[in-house]
Amino acid sequence: MNNLTLVITAAGGLAAAIAGGALPAQARVPAAVVLTWGACAAALFAAITVLRTGQSMVLHSTQILPITGVLMVLDPFGAVFVIVTAVVAIAATLYWIGYASHGLSTRTVSAVLPLFVTSMLLVPAAGSVATFLVLWELMALTSLLLVLVDHRRSEATRSAAEWYAVMTHVGAAAILFALVLLSAHAGGQSFAAIRDYAGHLPPGVRGLAFVLAVVGFGSKAGAVPFHVWLPKAHPEAPSPASALMSGAMVNLGIYGIVLVGDRLLGGGPLWWWLVVTVLGIITALFGALQAATSTDLKRLLAYSTADNMGLVLIGVGASGCFATTGHSLVGGLAMVAALFVMVNHAAFKGSLFLSAGSVQVATGSRDLDRLGGLMGRMPITGAVFLVGALAITALPPLNGFVGEWLLFQSLLHGLPASSTVVGVIVSVAVAALALTGGLTAAAFVKVIGVGLLGRPRSAEAASAHEVPRTMQLGAGLLAGACVVLGLVPMIVLPALERAAALVVPGARPTALYGGVDLHLQGLPGVLSPVLLAAGLMLATGAVVAMRGLVGLRSRSRSALRQADAWGCGNGVQTARMQYTATSFAEPLQRVFDDVLRPDHDLEVTHRAESRYYVEKVTYRTSIGDVIEHSLYRPVIAGVNWWGRRARALQNGSVHRYLAYGLVALVVILVVST
Amino acid sequence: MTIRGIVQAVLRPRTVTEDLGPPPNDHAVRSARALRGSLQIRHVDAGSCNGCELEVASSFGPVYDAERFGVRLVASPRHADALLVTGPVTKNMAGPLVKTFEAMPEPRVVIALGDCARDCGVFRGGYGVEGPVADLVPVDIQVPGCPPSPDVIIQALRNLAGR
Amino acid sequence: MTGFSGGAAAVAVVAAQITAVGLGGPLLIGLMRKVRSHLEGRVGPPVHQPLLDLRKLFTKQRIRPSYASWVFGAGPVALVATAVVAVAISPLATTHPPLGQSADFFAVVFLLLLGSVALALAALDTGTSFGGMGASRAMTIGALAEPALLVAILAFSIPAHTSNLPALVRLGLVHPQMIASPERILALGAFVVVILAESGRLPVDNPSTHLELTMIHEAMVLEYAGPDLALVTLGEAMRLTLLLGLFVNLFVPWGVATGSGAIAIVVGLAALAGKVAVVGVAIATFEVFTAKMRLFRLPELLAGGFILAVLGAAAALVV
Repeated sequence: MNNLTLVITAAGGLAAAIAGGALPAQARVPAAVVLTWGACAAALFAAITVLRTGQSMVLHSTQILPITGVLMVLDPFGAVFVIVTAVVAIAATLYWIGYASHGLSTRTVSAVLPLFVTSMLLVPAAGSVATFLVLWELMALTSLLLVLVDHRRSEATRSAAEWYAVMTHVGAAAILFALVLLSAHAGGQSFAAIRDYAGHLPPGVRGLAFVLAVVGFGSKAGAVPFHVWLPKAHPEAPSPASALMSGAMVNLGIYGIVLVGDRLLGGGPLWWWLVVTVLGIITALFGALQAATSTDLKRLLAYSTADNMGLVLIGVGASGCFATTGHSLVGGLAMVAALFVMVNHAAFKGSLFLSAGSVQVATGSRDLDRLGGLMGRMPITGAVFLVGALAITALPPLNGFVGEWLLFQSLLHGLPASSTVVGVIVSVAVAALALTGGLTAAAFVKVIGVGLLGRPRSAEAASAHEVPRTMQLGAGLLAGACVVLGLVPMIVLPALERAAALVVPGARPTALYGGVDLHLQGLPGVLSPVLLAAGLMLATGAVVAMRGLVGLRSRSRSALRQADAWGCGNGVQTARMQYTATSFAEPLQRVFDDVLRPDHDLEVTHRAESRYYVEKVTYRTSIGDVIEHSLYRPVIAGVNWWGRRARALQNGSVHRYLAYGLVALVVILVVST
Repeated sequence: MTIRGIVQAVLRPRTVTEDLGPPPNDHAVRSARALRGSLQIRHVDAGSCNGCELEVASSFGPVYDAERFGVRLVASPRHADALLVTGPVTKNMAGPLVKTFEAMPEPRVVIALGDCARDCGVFRGGYGVEGPVADLVPVDIQVPGCPPSPDVIIQALRNLAGR
Repeated sequence: MTGFSGGAAAVAVVAAQITAVGLGGPLLIGLMRKVRSHLEGRVGPPVHQPLLDLRKLFTKQRIRPSYASWVFGAGPVALVATAVVAVAISPLATTHPPLGQSADFFAVVFLLLLGSVALALAALDTGTSFGGMGASRAMTIGALAEPALLVAILAFSIPAHTSNLPALVRLGLVHPQMIASPERILALGAFVVVILAESGRLPVDNPSTHLELTMIHEAMVLEYAGPDLALVTLGEAMRLTLLLGLFVNLFVPWGVATGSGAIAIVVGLAALAGKVAVVGVAIATFEVFTAKMRLFRLPELLAGGFILAVLGAAAALVV
């Protein structure tokens, strides 16, 4: 009876997929959306029940999967991820209703998107290796199909889908190997069996399994250097799918790392968590830097996803470091902070991707250098976009600020008691936190300032209209969640504590209490988001009143005059004279030139008569992904070279092939005796 | 500068500013009364020989020090109360001068400094000259002289600032 | 103290702090201009001149560029509102400010960042080249100054086991020997660099330049007139005063009130004014003998501040 909700979730998702695939065009998308909402509601109900009672929900069936059967166990830790996925999915599918007329109403998409949502809802509830892997693969395949929706439009989409397909499967292979290794040693493939046997595993096996899990799940979460698929695939997918991928799917990478590291293996030596923290630091810095210098709106958001996942990894790693060295109070706080940052990220990144999709629909472009002047033309989308950008920049009184504060407090309070190595790495993490915060601020001032404000930089931007109401609502729902989570984070924090208590063994929950204020129990640290918000509103009101007083005093002249912008008395000021996204980021690009390695291409055409007269100058600059160029392309080239060399074995002669078969048979016979 | 020189300059600063007497009695323009001791000026060189600019620079220098009367030069006309124009308005500078005037928030005044700004001075009738400042923007104060000495300039500014 | 009178006293203290910084900020700017003038051999404007400028600006006309949206007008308001809230919660006059429980150093820093971001967005909203230039440069410098600032805060917070500002100030009062400790002195160096960067003083930015291509902060406000300009000027003055006030209270806390008695608050404000005036005079003197650094040399300066902060944090961990 209890676990009926899990069945309803699966059934709802399946029904939505069938409805999307079978119904005629008009009814397809609304029916699929409504049924998906049903599945999400059931999942939410299940997860909230689990979190409130603290007991896991178990569902066992031997019918659905042959040989292994299906085992679902939803514990409080997985419940958090289910809730996040469900909320993002509700908003994204609501958005999909309005977006559907832009190429997302085909049978394939209407069938695949609900399946994607359902697989993401059920992955955190998987209780055995087989169930987990089947759901994981289903999630990967459905998201791949969604990335391929626009494959006829551009070569970039096909290339992005290739990279995504290969990397997600290499990651899945690593995960498969790790989980199969563990279940082979444990003698059973349910997570409970592996957990019971974990103490008897040799350290080499544990270490290998953990490293493979970090590689596989880290790739899904966007950890550098396994992230190269993220800035390719997330922009090319249609906006509701991008929002789901960035807001819900990458979280499952974090779930996987904690699953293998803590829930299955029961914690490990310190070096595991130091590796995770260092990975988080590198990811956060690289992602923030690439976001700050990117001019493609959705690519910027994708790199920003990597940045935030880096912060979550820092929290998870720090939590593990502190817990392993015995400071479980701070370790629990760090895990709560990491989970809260993840929840926040789902809210604001989902909203940002949906808003970016609205902008793309209205203007036909996602190149920031061709946007501008949209705040007046699309007031609601603009305001929602602004809220999302302020939230991700961690500005008070929104949710990003509270999350960063929690993370900073956990690092601060963990420092005095830690050893030298942990102390150094945690201090570097604090510096990374600061630098990524600053770079994110620059990136999102660029997004809003160049993308929405000022004058339109192209005809398409000048003729933009507001998008349909459902699209506004979808993005606005998540932006509203940002505001609520920022003002009253106490809504979710107890649930996150309960989840963290499962992971950090022996930690008593850091009961964060206080109706209005946020207190860290057991540690000195107080934050009052409501007070800050109230103060800001009061102060804003007072300042506006003070400014408005002048209107009472003027008689003959008007108090507010509209005029052309001051351009030093020049002739006509055009929109082309504004700063573009490229020029905005140029100082930062110069500072980090060695890391970014931009391509510069300068072509000067001289006049035929004399080299002293220049006819035309063409300048092109682009910032690629330095890890893709320096790490992946050589590896791919090496594999290609090896493949070409191996071709020599296939010369077409049947006699040689028969000889190969004979030799192989002889070798097998010799080896097996 | 040597360290000794810096320390001496810090510990024993010398001011060379001349005392220019009490504030004037006549306040030139009605709208200037709203300024009440604070005057921000945007200077536009509408084609002058730079003689007037040298005298303006001298007015803001250590000897005459116009800043002690609350007068300050600003970079943008949006920040300014007064537009200080020097030189006969040349054809190229006519448009920018008018744009600068229009960019200023009200209440605003225009000061035409020097003989060239008043009536084109020695450049009257030149092929590049558009006309005196009053032909393009409404002038409130005219300061005669070629170039006017800093005393006269500061007198006009003190009239405006009310100090 | 019972509810109503306690509440009234709290409001009075907060109002006194905000008024003091609101009026004292322009006075500090005036004092710095006066010092600069004297070192240049002039008499210079009177110390209260910025207050006269503000009074006049409020009577002038507001101008809005025709392409701008509501963000243009919201920029100055946000700048001042965030400064007011940050001043209201900070321990400037007393080590027990009424709203001091939530006066986390982190919160104050991010409130000021909110003001900077609002101003940068408003500058980009003007649709001019100068606005974009100012916003780009300001955000770059802000991004590079953040690591120095947060690691310096870390260096402070580790010995105190908290990042709550009133607690940090109280710690300095109770244990004066902590003020001369290596981590505080190194953090002092980092703070000086960050304050110069955040408030736009030489050698980072020349506040009185007329050359647009050398402007960083001024370029963002070229388009503001009348009350908007008054708000921007007031906001910048309040931010500088707040940063210097926190600086002096963390490094030279003597004179600050330890309760909320009226006499103690007045003495605390007077002490704050005196200390901030001394630091302001020192900064103005330094500015006279310093040239503005090239824009692309600034990352080196900010990296130097970061190194100092890291050394401070390391010292805090080791000791």
